[in-house]
Amino acid sequence: MNPAARKPVEQLRESMRRDRQWRFMYSTLDLELDVSQGVILYLEGLHVSFDGFKAINDLNFYVNAGELRCVIGPNGAGKTTMMDIITGKTRPDGGTASFGRSIDLLQLSEPEIAALGIGRKFQKPTVFESHTVFQNLELAMAGDKRVFPTLFARLTGEQRDRIHEVLTTIGLQELLDQDAGALSHGQKQWLEIGMLLMQDPQLLLVDEPVAGMTHQEMDRTAELLLSLEGRHSVVVVEHDMDFVRSIAKRVTVLHQGAVLAEGSMDEVQNDPRVIEVYLGE
Amino acid sequence: MVLGRLLRDDRGGQAMLAVLLLVAVLVPILNLVVPEGNPWHVSTYTVTLLGKYLTYALLAVAVDLVWGYLGILSLGHAAFFGLGGYAMGMYLMRQIGDRGVYGHPVLPDFMVFLNWTELPWFWQGFDMFWFAVLMAILVPGVLAFVFGYLAFRSRVTGVYLSIMTQALTYALMLAFFRNEMGFGGNNGLTDFKDILGFDLTNDTTRIGLFLASALTLALGYLACRFIVTSRLGRVAVAIRDAEARTRFIGYRVDHVKLAIFTFSAMLAGIAGALYVPQVGIINPGEFSPLNSIELVIWVAIGGRATLYGAVIGAVLVNYGKTYFTGAFPEAWLFALGALFVLVTLFLPKGIAGLFSQAVTWWRVRRPRERTARVTP
Amino acid sequence: MPTRIPLHRGIWISSLLVLLCLFAVTRVSAEGSETVSFEAALIDLSDPSFAVKQAAVDVIAASGDPRAAALLQALAAGQLYVRDADRALVLVSPSAGDYRLRDALDGSELGEASRREVKKIAINNRMRTQLRTAIAALTLASPDPAVRLRAAQQMLGDPNPLVIQAIRDQLEEEENRQVRDYLTLSLALADLQDPATEIRLRGIDRLSGSLYPAARNGLNRLLSAETDPEVRDAAERARTHIERMRSLNEAAETLFFGLSLGSVLVLAAIGLAITFGVMGVINMAHGELIMIGAYTTYLVQQAMPHWIDYSLFVAIPAAFIVAGLMGILIERTVIRFLYGRPLETLLATFGISLILQQLVRTTISAQNVAVQNPSWMSGSLQINPALALTYSRLYILIFALLVFFALLVILKRTALGLQVRAVAQNRAMARSMGVRSGRVDALTFGLGAGVAGVAGVALSQLTNVGPNMGQAYIIDSFMVVVFGGVGNLWGTLVAGLTLGVANKLMEPWAGAVLAKILVLVFIILFIQKRPRGLFPQRGRAADG
Repeated sequence: MNPAARKPVEQLRESMRRDRQWRFMYSTLDLELDVSQGVILYLEGLHVSFDGFKAINDLNFYVNAGELRCVIGPNGAGKTTMMDIITGKTRPDGGTASFGRSIDLLQLSEPEIAALGIGRKFQKPTVFESHTVFQNLELAMAGDKRVFPTLFARLTGEQRDRIHEVLTTIGLQELLDQDAGALSHGQKQWLEIGMLLMQDPQLLLVDEPVAGMTHQEMDRTAELLLSLEGRHSVVVVEHDMDFVRSIAKRVTVLHQGAVLAEGSMDEVQNDPRVIEVYLGE
Repeated sequence: MVLGRLLRDDRGGQAMLAVLLLVAVLVPILNLVVPEGNPWHVSTYTVTLLGKYLTYALLAVAVDLVWGYLGILSLGHAAFFGLGGYAMGMYLMRQIGDRGVYGHPVLPDFMVFLNWTELPWFWQGFDMFWFAVLMAILVPGVLAFVFGYLAFRSRVTGVYLSIMTQALTYALMLAFFRNEMGFGGNNGLTDFKDILGFDLTNDTTRIGLFLASALTLALGYLACRFIVTSRLGRVAVAIRDAEARTRFIGYRVDHVKLAIFTFSAMLAGIAGALYVPQVGIINPGEFSPLNSIELVIWVAIGGRATLYGAVIGAVLVNYGKTYFTGAFPEAWLFALGALFVLVTLFLPKGIAGLFSQAVTWWRVRRPRERTARVTP
Repeated sequence: MPTRIPLHRGIWISSLLVLLCLFAVTRVSAEGSETVSFEAALIDLSDPSFAVKQAAVDVIAASGDPRAAALLQALAAGQLYVRDADRALVLVSPSAGDYRLRDALDGSELGEASRREVKKIAINNRMRTQLRTAIAALTLASPDPAVRLRAAQQMLGDPNPLVIQAIRDQLEEEENRQVRDYLTLSLALADLQDPATEIRLRGIDRLSGSLYPAARNGLNRLLSAETDPEVRDAAERARTHIERMRSLNEAAETLFFGLSLGSVLVLAAIGLAITFGVMGVINMAHGELIMIGAYTTYLVQQAMPHWIDYSLFVAIPAAFIVAGLMGILIERTVIRFLYGRPLETLLATFGISLILQQLVRTTISAQNVAVQNPSWMSGSLQINPALALTYSRLYILIFALLVFFALLVILKRTALGLQVRAVAQNRAMARSMGVRSGRVDALTFGLGAGVAGVAGVALSQLTNVGPNMGQAYIIDSFMVVVFGGVGNLWGTLVAGLTLGVANKLMEPWAGAVLAKILVLVFIILFIQKRPRGLFPQRGRAADG
C-alpha cells in the first residue's frame, strides 16, 4: 500500500487543505515534537482497505503525552493495522496521522519515524538471535545510524552505562553475554522492550507483550510497563483482560476498524456495546 | 594493535593468516633458491596455481562478506570478478604494443582482425597501469552500486535477488560474447607479454604476482574483518536475521546493504585483476552461470560467515578441481554436483563449523577427563 | 500419366496447338500422322538451323504426346543433348568430368559418355520465349495442381496473347485457390503492358492489395516507363497500398515469431511456475528436467525408427513420466529437507543439475543428438503470399496453450490442485485438516517436473538436443515466472508471450543477442519497480 495507490483526486484534495502545510514547505530535518496540547499522537479519519476489506474505517484515536493506554478489541478489529500506519509500514487510503501537533507521519518512511522516537514491539518477539543481549541493546541505541558512523562507532562509557541501566530495567543484567537466540520467550519480550527503551522513544507501541507468557512473567511485564509510565507514552495492544486490568488506567476498544468505546477498564467493561461485541450477537 | 583487535576471537583467521605467511615465505624460496630436480623444489607452474587459488580465495571472502554476514546470495560476483579481470586484461593487451601477430602499434590483434581502424573510447587510458587498476575496482563497484541501489531500494531480497544477479551476469556474458562489444568476443583477451615491464613468463614475475595475491588476500581479509567486527558488521548480521526489525530500530537497511555489497564487488574486481595476469587469459566464460554459482559453494563448503572458511573452501575445492580434472575428467562434475548437494544437506556450517564443533567437543571433554582422574 | 482434360478446355488447347501447328506447317513440310510428326520433330531438334528447331518445337508441343512437356523443359533448361553415334536425344547430367546420360524420352540410364560423344542442342532467345509459352500451355492443363501452380508461376505477367488466352480459359475451370490467384495475377500483370490506358488502369486496380512480390515488381516496372499521369497516379496508390499490406503482414509474421518464441518460453517456464510459483522451491535443475524430456524423445525415436511420425505421441507421456519420476526422486531425497531454506535449495538443485548433465554426457554422448521431426511437423501453412506459418512453430504454440490450460484445470478443478493450493497457502493448517503435505509436495513437484519433461519434447523439435540445453532455458524460465508474478499461472503465460514478442520486435534493429540482453536488463529494472511481477498476489498475506 504505497502512497501512489491513493486516488489522485484525494491526493489533490489533501494537498489543497488550508490547515496543512505543503510537504516541500518544511524540512524533515528539524522536525520538532510539539506536545503543547498534551497530546502526542493524533489519528484522524483514517481509512485502510485491503482488496475491499475495510481494515480501518474512520478511525479517530488520540494518546496523551506520558500516558499508558491499552487497546483491546476482537481479532480483525484493526489493532495491528493501526500500528502499521503509525510506524509507516502501511499507508492509509485517507485520513491523517500526526506525531505531536506538527509532524505528519504519513509523509515519513519507517526509519525516519523510528528516528523521531516512535518505537514498536512486534507481536512475535524478534530479537537478533545471533547477537548477545548486550549487542542487541547496543544496536538499538539511539545515535547516528548512517553507514560510515556505524562502521567506525565505538562505545563510550556513558553509552555503556545507559545499556547497563536498561539491562537492569528489563532484568537481564546477568544474561548480557548470552546469545539472544538462547533466551526464553518471556526474556525475548523483555529484551525487545529494552531495545525500544534504548531508542529513547517518546511513544512506545507494544503489541501483545504477554502472549504465551507464564503468570510470573506477566507480572514482571506489568511491572516493567508501569515503570515506564510518565517518562514515555505507551500504547499496549493486548488480548489478555486480566493483564490489561492490572496495568490500564484508560482503555480503548476497537471494533471493525473504528473506536467503539473509550474510558476506564470498568466503564468499558460495562458498556453494553462492548459486551455485545465480546460476547457475541 | 588494530590487528590484535581484528583477530581477537578469530582463531581460524589467525591460523589461516599464519599459514598464508608461511606459504608466502616458503614458496618463493623453494621456487627460486632450491634447484630444479631437488624434491623440495616448487615448480613455477605450482606457484602460478597457488597464486590463482589465492585470488579465488579473495573472491570467496568477498562473497562470504555479503552472503555470510548480510544474507545476500549474490550470483553476480563472477561478473564483478570478470570485469576486474577484463580491466587488467585490457592493460595487458595494450602492453603488447606492436608485438602482436599483426604488428599494429596500438590496436590489439582482434581489432585488426575485425578491420577496426582506431581504438574504441573505452580502451583509452588502459595503457596506464594505475588507470587499469582503478577501473578494475571502479567498474565492478559502480555496477554493484547501481544494481544494488535499484534492488535494495525496492526491497528485492532473497532468491529474487539471487536470480536477478544471475540474470545480470548472464546478460554480461551474452554481451561480452559479442565481437561488436570490443572485448575480443568469444576468445576474450590473451597472449599477454608483460606487466609493468616485467616478462610474464619469467619466474620472478610469477613469484611477484603470487606474493601480490597473498598480500592482497591478507589485506582484503583484514578489511572484511574490520567490517564484520564493527558495529556495522553487527547491523549486517541483524539485517540477515531480521531485516524488518533492523529497519524499525532506525537503520537504513538499503544503505548498509549497498555499502557492503559495493565494497564486496570491488574486492571481487581486485581478485579478478590479480587472476588474469597469472592465468594469462580472460574470456566471457568467466561470467557463465556455473562459475557464478560454483564460487558460492566454495564459501558453503568452507563455512558461511567465518571469512577464513571461505579461504579454506576456495583453496580446497579448486585443488580438488585441478586434481580431478587431471585424473578423472569425467568425474569432476559428478563430484562438484554431489558436493553442492551434500554440503547443503549435511554440512550447513561447512568445514569451519566442523572445526568449531571439534573444539567445543574437546573443551567439554577435557574437564571431564580431569575430574575423572580426580575421582578415583 | 492418365490425361483427363475436360472437353471444352481440351478443345481450346487443341485449337491453340493447331494454331501453333499451322505456324509450323508454313515453315517445314508437314508429316502424315501425328506419331510420325512427333518422331520426325525429334530428329529435327538436332538440326543446326534455329528455324527448323522452332518448327520442331511447335510440332512436339502440338503432338499431345505425354512426354512432350518434360522434353521441352529439358530443352529449355539446356540439358538436352544429341548423341553423335546414333543421333539419339539424351538428357545429360555432369558426373566427375564425364557426362551421365539418360534417354530423353523414357528416362532410362544410358551410362556415361565423354564430352566429345554428345552435343548440346543450342537454343536462342526467340526459342526460349517459344518454349516458355509452349511449356506453359502444356503444363497448365496438367491434372496435378502442383504442376499447374508451377506453370502459372512461370507464366506470370507473360503478355503473349496465346498464353493469356490459355490462362483465361484455365481460370474458368480452376478450383485450386492458389493456382487461381496466380492466374488472376498473371492476367493483371499482362494488363499492365497493354497499350490501352483503361486496360492498364484495370490491371492496376486488380493488383492493388495483392501480396505477391510479382505484383509490386510489375507496378515498379510500369512506373519506371509510364508517362500517363492518371495511370502513374493509380499505380502509385496501388503500390502504397501494397506496401501497407505487406508491412501489415510482416508485422503479423513478427508477431507469430514472437508468439512462437513466447510459447517456447511459456513451455519452459510453466513447470517452474508450479515448483517455484506455487511451492516456492527454487529448482535450478529445472532446465535439466527439460533436457531429460528431450532425451526421452530421442530414445523413443531410437526405439521406433520406422514410426517417427507417431513417435511424439509416445514421447509426450513417456517424457512426462520419466521427468516426473525424476522430479519426485529429487524432491524426496533432497528438496524436502530444505523447505524454508530457499538459498540452500538453490545450491543443492544446482548440484543436481550438474550431476544430471554429466550423467547424460557419460551414458549417452557429450555431443548433441539428432531428434527427427515427424513429417507432419514440416512445411508451412500459407496464409497469403506474404505470410507463411511454419507448422512446427504453429503446433508448438498450440501445444503450449494446451499444456497451460490442462495445468490450469488440474490446479483449479481437481482434488490434487485443491490440496496443492492449500499446502502452498498454509502448510500447517492444511496438515491439520488431513492433507498429507509430504505426498502433496512430492506430487506437485513431480507434476512441475513432468511438465518440464513435456516441454522438452516440444523443444527437441525446435532446437539442438544436448547435455547443455537445460542451461539455456533456466535463466529465461525464472525471468518469465518472476516477470509474470510468482504464484500466478496466467502471469506466466502473459509474461512468456510478452517477452517472446518483445524479443522478436527488437531483433530487426538490435540483433538477436542484443535483443536478449535488452530484455534481461528490462526485466531486471522492472523487478526493481514492481518486485512482485506483472500480476502480484495481493492482500495482507502477501504484504510481508
